[in-house]
Amino acid sequence: MTASAPVTETGSDRVETTAADRASRRGWPGGALVLAALVVVPIGFLAIGILDPETEVWRQQWDTRLPGQLVDTAVLLVGVSFGALFLGSSLAWLVSAYRFPGSKAFGWLLVAPLAMPSYVLGFVTMSVFGFTGPVQNQWRDWFGRDTWFPEVESIGGAIVVFTLVLYPYVFLLARAALADQAGSAYNVARSLGAGPLEAARRVVIPMLRPALAAGVAVVMMETITDFATVQYFGVDTVTVGVFRIWRGTFDRDAASEFATLVLVVALMIIGLERIMRGRARFGEAAGAAAGLGPRRLEGGRAWAAFAVCGIVLLLAFLAPTLQLVSWAFQEITGPRGTPNTERFLEFLGNSLQLALLTAVVCVLASIFIANGSRFVSGRTTGLAARLTAVGYAVPGPVVAMGVVLSLVALDDVLEGIGLGLPGTVATGSLVGLVYAYSIRFLAPGLNAIEAGMAQVPEEITASARSLGARPATIVRRIHTPLARTSVATGAVLVAVDALKELPIALLLRPIGFNTLPIWTFNLATESRFEQAALPALAIIVVAMIPVALLSRRLSRGAERA
Amino acid sequence: MTVTPLRLDAVVKTYEDVLAVNGVHLELAPGELLALVGPSGCGKSTLLRSIAGLVAIDTGTIHLAGALVDDGRDHLPPERRAAGLVFQEHALFPHLTVADNIGFGLRDLRTDQRQTRIDELLELVDLAGFGDRFPHELSGGERQRVALARALAPSPALMLFDEPFASLDHNLRIKLRHDVAAALKATGTPAVFVTHDQQEALAIGDRIAVMRNGRIRQLGTPAEVYHQPVDDFVAAFMGTASFLPIANDATTVLGPIDLDGAAPADAVAMVRPDDIVFTASATGEAEIVGAAYHGSGWHLHARVHDGVDVYFTVGHLDAPAVGDRGTLALTPGHCQVVVPRR
Repeated sequence: MTASAPVTETGSDRVETTAADRASRRGWPGGALVLAALVVVPIGFLAIGILDPETEVWRQQWDTRLPGQLVDTAVLLVGVSFGALFLGSSLAWLVSAYRFPGSKAFGWLLVAPLAMPSYVLGFVTMSVFGFTGPVQNQWRDWFGRDTWFPEVESIGGAIVVFTLVLYPYVFLLARAALADQAGSAYNVARSLGAGPLEAARRVVIPMLRPALAAGVAVVMMETITDFATVQYFGVDTVTVGVFRIWRGTFDRDAASEFATLVLVVALMIIGLERIMRGRARFGEAAGAAAGLGPRRLEGGRAWAAFAVCGIVLLLAFLAPTLQLVSWAFQEITGPRGTPNTERFLEFLGNSLQLALLTAVVCVLASIFIANGSRFVSGRTTGLAARLTAVGYAVPGPVVAMGVVLSLVALDDVLEGIGLGLPGTVATGSLVGLVYAYSIRFLAPGLNAIEAGMAQVPEEITASARSLGARPATIVRRIHTPLARTSVATGAVLVAVDALKELPIALLLRPIGFNTLPIWTFNLATESRFEQAALPALAIIVVAMIPVALLSRRLSRGAERA
Repeated sequence: MTVTPLRLDAVVKTYEDVLAVNGVHLELAPGELLALVGPSGCGKSTLLRSIAGLVAIDTGTIHLAGALVDDGRDHLPPERRAAGLVFQEHALFPHLTVADNIGFGLRDLRTDQRQTRIDELLELVDLAGFGDRFPHELSGGERQRVALARALAPSPALMLFDEPFASLDHNLRIKLRHDVAAALKATGTPAVFVTHDQQEALAIGDRIAVMRNGRIRQLGTPAEVYHQPVDDFVAAFMGTASFLPIANDATTVLGPIDLDGAAPADAVAMVRPDDIVFTASATGEAEIVGAAYHGSGWHLHARVHDGVDVYFTVGHLDAPAVGDRGTLALTPGHCQVVVPRR
């Protein structure tokens, strides 16, 4: 024990640090920088590729699909943004400012569509409302063969589907803002003599702007990441272009250059968010802020509010889920029996394996990063933490192509020193998939674990150190046990995101490797909806987990208020 | 052989552009309990954290038990310094029992030796039988005693306290500060005790170091610091004091003072409240402008003709009321110290 070690007054005139001390001091920032580099390098590789463009490819694309793709991308992004902004903020205002039958339950039920992947709602919508679907058949029976019906297989259809599954992001952020500051400010404005509309225009909307901007930015990111759902609707975006080139030709240079176009769109979204947010910043939650005092709606108006919320929930979640249940039931009890059970289990296993590996990687990396700033002061660890989280703001296809380029480069280097990897690691192994998933989904894990660590007082860490415990011991015996709920939450969030992920899986999967989302998508594109129902339901059930966690927190918050 | 438990030489620590600690020298005697006081932001916590190794100093040296632990270039991490730490609150490991908290720092012992040591410490802090409880099952005072036992368990060469009782109520603080001092003396452990409460510092410290703006302004016994402050800041910080301007003939508004030679130009006479006598008189030059009852008497605030504020205490039976007038006099022969103005 250090304390009882005999020490003399004429001790060494140097601080006797050991190798372990130095390793500990340099290890945290060093490790954090390596993790940050692992996240940033693939994206950097991709960005650098554009400096040496394959003019031939670009010319060909420009002459054929590119102009149309740019138009579709812009129309889709604008349409979905406005749709989600309108739907999300109106619903948030309804459930925050008024009391009507079910208003409290809707407060969290309206988040449920987050569990509905767009590629599931997309194919259900196509099959039910599409030209050959039951709705149009009935329509024609009633009104005759040539009666007009809105074209479902169109960019309009895609906008509606994305709006229905993505509005909860705006809803959540707007609702949280209304629950504290913006809500109380509205009441203050009213007490100072402003009418409801004036208070909304002069106080609530400006105060909500940062929340709305952030919500819309997430919505746009989710939209630009997708290239599966849009294909049901015959919409051709630049993201679809990446997929088409890569899966069509396996020309990684051309595909990755095209992916930089997606990256540019993503950067524009981030820039737009900054501009929309202006100089406003999310204030600290005021804690005791009273929020809006909701007003009770009576009679017809109450039922109208109920109907609006109910219809949105029905269209975005309940009806499609019921349709899937009915299809799955037909499939299981149908004449074919259950021919797909075996494949279902195999693909479920693949998905779980992938989700588990990703969760382990992300949780370990997050624990390392979240602990780093505890043991070493300085900017490096903080900067590294921010950098490792950027993957969440980079569309999946960009991450996927960046990972391909990095692994190819790594392969070449290893080849050069005579250590060639067996097979093609870059283009056909789980390594690439897990790597890309981890880049993309590190942020939710890191956020959860950092929040958990923030609950552990600095004094606890300092006490443990002064009792002679090494940082690694403290992480294992003190920090992780104390933050275990957050660690578990982080792991679940990452795993669920990984389980739902479609675009990266479609781009990077090894030949013959299927996950539940890939299988669902493939079956749906072949119009085998009954067979797609079971995996789709499985994905929805898993995706309900984080939504349920979120809802529990929301309803708890509502009880406190 | 006795070893100096702590020696600081010219310790400097800067945050951004703020000099938190600005050239501190300090040496502790074996078994000594030093109270480190000062207003918030004076650098006392930074100094304590530098000694513990939680803060790396810029320049200067820190020797702990004779070993150099920080010289501004190399910093021994806290886990390799032989210093025990006790904080204000929240610092027990909430997921470990009292016994496991105390045993946390006892890694190199066999299981039975460890248990013996834990029992010994529980005994020392008067918590025998509490080993199986969890921190949330304890009262605030019990928690602080567990924290003390935990920090003492590895027999540190030095104990460091960072405002350990700030969150406890008044009576409990007084009892705990007594218990802590007793436990430290029983184990012969030297300690640095940071507090912003001068009463606590006076009661617990063998010596007191008063800090201001990153420097130690005065280092001395409680009586020295209280009755012979080096300047009017230390005088005012350590307790209520009246500062009386000195005229050329070595007199103040309350009468003559003992002076060896002439007073420096900017000097004032410092008088503690209990060295002033009040006599009621309708024509007196002093008017009572404030009165506060504190149980065993009154704190009174009088103003003497041209605006000199005088603070004194009286027993509660003959207390004057606000608006009363009277004369004030210095108790003959009592400490009337001349201090420079800041």
